[in-house]
Amino acid sequence: MILGVDVASMLLGGVAAGMVLFIVSVGLSVTMGLMGFVNLAHGGFAMLGGYAIAQAMKLWGLGFVAALVFGFVVTALVSAVLERLLYSRLYRASELDQVLFTIGLVFMMIASVTVLVGPENQPLKLPPFLQGQLNLGITHYRTYSVVLIVVGVVIVSGLWLGFERTRTGAQIRAAVDNRRMAESLGINIGRLFTLTFAFGSGMAALGGGLGAEFLGLDPQYALKYLVYFLIVVAVGGLGRVTGVFYAALLIGVLDFTLKKYMPQGGTAFIYALTILLLLWRPQGLFGAKTA
Amino acid sequence: MTLQAAGWFEHPAAVALARRHRLRAWEPIPWLLAVAFYFVFPKYLGFGTELLITVLFAISLDLVLGYAGIVTLGHAAFFGAGAYTVGILAKRAIWNEPMSGLVMAALVAALIGLGSGLVLLRTQGLTLLMLTLCTMALLEEAANLAHDYTGGFDGLDSLPIAPLLGTFEFNPLYPRTQYLYVLSVLFVCFIVVRTLVYSPFGQSLTGIRENTLRMHAVGAPVRRRLVLCYTLSAAIAGVAGGIWAQANAYVNLGTLGLDRAATVLIILVLGGYGRLYGAFVGAVAYMALSHFLSKFYPTAWQLGLGLLLVVIALFARNGILGIAEAAARRLRPRATP
Amino acid sequence: MIKRIVAITITVLVLGITAAHAQEVKVGVNLPYTGIGAEFAQLVDRGMELYLKLNADKVKPYKITLIRRDVKDPSGANAKIAVQELLTQDNVDVLAGWIYSPNAIASAPIVTAGKKLAVIMNAGTAHITNLSPYYVRTSFSMWHAGYALGEASAKILHAKTAVVGYTDFPPGKDSLAAFKRSFEANGGKVVDEIPMGGAGAVPDFTPFFQRAKDKKPDLFFVFVPAGDHAAAVVKTYAALGMRDAGIKLIGPGDITQDTKLQAMGSAAVGLITMHHYHADLDNPENKRFVEAWKKEYGATSTPDFMAVGGYDGMAAIVHVTQALKGKIEADAALEALKSWKFASPRGPISIDPVTRDIVMNEYLSEAVMKDGRVFQKVIGKLDGVKDACKEQKIGPCAPPAK
Repeated sequence: MILGVDVASMLLGGVAAGMVLFIVSVGLSVTMGLMGFVNLAHGGFAMLGGYAIAQAMKLWGLGFVAALVFGFVVTALVSAVLERLLYSRLYRASELDQVLFTIGLVFMMIASVTVLVGPENQPLKLPPFLQGQLNLGITHYRTYSVVLIVVGVVIVSGLWLGFERTRTGAQIRAAVDNRRMAESLGINIGRLFTLTFAFGSGMAALGGGLGAEFLGLDPQYALKYLVYFLIVVAVGGLGRVTGVFYAALLIGVLDFTLKKYMPQGGTAFIYALTILLLLWRPQGLFGAKTA
Repeated sequence: MTLQAAGWFEHPAAVALARRHRLRAWEPIPWLLAVAFYFVFPKYLGFGTELLITVLFAISLDLVLGYAGIVTLGHAAFFGAGAYTVGILAKRAIWNEPMSGLVMAALVAALIGLGSGLVLLRTQGLTLLMLTLCTMALLEEAANLAHDYTGGFDGLDSLPIAPLLGTFEFNPLYPRTQYLYVLSVLFVCFIVVRTLVYSPFGQSLTGIRENTLRMHAVGAPVRRRLVLCYTLSAAIAGVAGGIWAQANAYVNLGTLGLDRAATVLIILVLGGYGRLYGAFVGAVAYMALSHFLSKFYPTAWQLGLGLLLVVIALFARNGILGIAEAAARRLRPRATP
Repeated sequence: MIKRIVAITITVLVLGITAAHAQEVKVGVNLPYTGIGAEFAQLVDRGMELYLKLNADKVKPYKITLIRRDVKDPSGANAKIAVQELLTQDNVDVLAGWIYSPNAIASAPIVTAGKKLAVIMNAGTAHITNLSPYYVRTSFSMWHAGYALGEASAKILHAKTAVVGYTDFPPGKDSLAAFKRSFEANGGKVVDEIPMGGAGAVPDFTPFFQRAKDKKPDLFFVFVPAGDHAAAVVKTYAALGMRDAGIKLIGPGDITQDTKLQAMGSAAVGLITMHHYHADLDNPENKRFVEAWKKEYGATSTPDFMAVGGYDGMAAIVHVTQALKGKIEADAALEALKSWKFASPRGPISIDPVTRDIVMNEYLSEAVMKDGRVFQKVIGKLDGVKDACKEQKIGPCAPPAK
């Protein structure tokens, strides 16, 4: 019984952490897989979205859920504009020029937010029904973690359906697998890119808001957790929604378990684990054989 | 520099190689500027020393990134390995002579480069990027855990580095010796790298970067060459780290961090990779801008720096030197055959 | 005749220039104005500014000029260059700042070579002041709060067992060592020590806290850097139901940093901290300080222990300026600080003449709800606390060999 409770709490904690990773990273994976664009500003969009959410709650007294929707929409719109005006000029440029561009963009995002709002952490206040503990029968657990898991499952199911069952989803899958072929079949790649990019950034914003409870929210958020997001994308495989989901869960749960039972090793585990996984499966656990 | 020899020297490939290797008229300029800096800005030598070390580090990265096409985000692993080699040897009073210390730093870094290169260079793209990054992060964690040797997060301070050549002290407040010492080491390393990239070995690296499959087809030992290049680059990065530790009399975890690895990558891409001098241009542009902007706008300087990166990425292909080359081509349409 | 006029003019000019020079005191400030420490830099900077503003009459006839340098990160390298240039280019009379301990450690040889008074306004690793004879600290050492809290835990809170969770970097280890030493000397027992990730990014604290909860201690002592870490700690503590399990969360005041406290809300209630300052301290100097702060920087903003480090540091610099009549020479400045007594918002403070570290009160406080806001109620007080690490000469805190 004690063991059962232990395992349950471990799984809950790890899965909840994994869900945040998934929600933020999924957009990155799809944009990198679909467009072949190394978008290091993805964390920046998560940060901007988080700020939009926090500001909406603080200034206009918007509720948490409404603010999340607001953050998603605003960030998606801003990123769509940036994609059309700037990103699209660099689709044919080298990866390194893309890195330079997106890092420059991150610097500008961080500096603007610092100047406009200030360098301090933005508190996101959860509504009362998300605070405290929930009785799950065998154990009590943090309500918010449980809710996050439910939200994550809903999102991944929605994404999966959208990817597998809709026309746009099929077009995206086709473009990820073979862009030239998809283009020659008359798929409007430009529109697809904008759509996907905006959606991915919106998801990042959502993740920024939902994850603020664990990860905090300040201008440096844009770079602080980027490595984690990249790890999830690399391990999951580029452009694979389900791959990112499993990778995020795997890393979330393993990281949680190892930290609890062997805290001495610090953060080393996650890196060692990534190295092993990538050496075993260089294209990611769920990636295509060639990418 | 004219060619006079006969035999294989007359082979067209050899002629082409030799022509590329030829010293161009503008090449002494950066070195003259670096020497002039010493006399004109005696109060900026601390900054100047850091700048030259960054140039050296960026050159080591250029060797793998610009010439062999290996995109890595973990190059600070070697910088840090060199820095800690010098730091631990000096702090434990085992060895504190600067020049031989650099050799040891290079050896240790090369060894790590060889080991990790053998394992990691099977992969490429994002996978390689993440593998190099995670390897570096693991080393950083190891340095953090090995507190007794490395000083952990605090690092090793007040390293007792012996005077250069037994006479020139490293003054912490007026780093004249450090500047000239770093400049000399940079020059030597630069000559080595320059000779290397214009050698047949360097040409085969470029071939691998441009078309790996074809290089396999012509029977070049691709993996072996890549690993060798990676090891050499690691050694030079180790020298950069070692000399950083000596010039600062200090090592800490920052030498192994992602910040340093990412910054040097940005600097190289900003200046223009695959052309050696991109390291100079990028380092000067990036560091001077961030240094002086942060002096005048301590809280908002990142905006200007970000803008520079965005503009260069949007309007130049391959960095600032890319612009310069395009301009030169436009001015002299038929200057080179 | 003309010669005489020229001579007189020159004399007057030279005197004038010397006099004008004596009027201005240049303080070279190194703080991380960008990056993860930007928020802290702002607090310390505002603390200094506010002192100058509130005490304009005490500064007269001198003019204190702040020359600010961004040191960006805790790598040491940027701080080193900043300090070097402040000394050689700007010819500053006094150095000040240092949020991060590694930066203070890296700067030490330059401070020593530059022979200028250097006021540490935050960095808390205990032994730093040993690294240069010109370092003076107006903030705190990790041992101030940690050591006092160990004793108070056993004697006042009557705890028998404790688990320590700490961020795995030197101030965290210092804090653990200080707490453990005095707690166990007073009959307590530390049953588990949990390193909780590095200082760079906030980890998800849930696994560490779950581990602590499983050990069922009386107390859970947590040291994390102030800022985002602390907010996450309090949230996790509340969300895991550790309070209901009878485990008290205690720590140095970093976990109840004033700037974060109100956002924590009711989750913070019951937290017990030992620290030298919080904005709810009841003394006239603090009332004036907090009031002026809110007037200057907005009603929702609040000073905290970092701000007070900057405020008191500037008070020390102004004292030295007056004592030495604007010509600040390092050894004379150290001499002048030996007898300095100041009524700080944190209570009476002075500088230990031997260690150059601060001597101050420590307050044991409990967070309670009062008038709809979280209020820190003082439940115990220790007077004239010195840095126990240097007093007991532990490890690197032993005085440096001459």
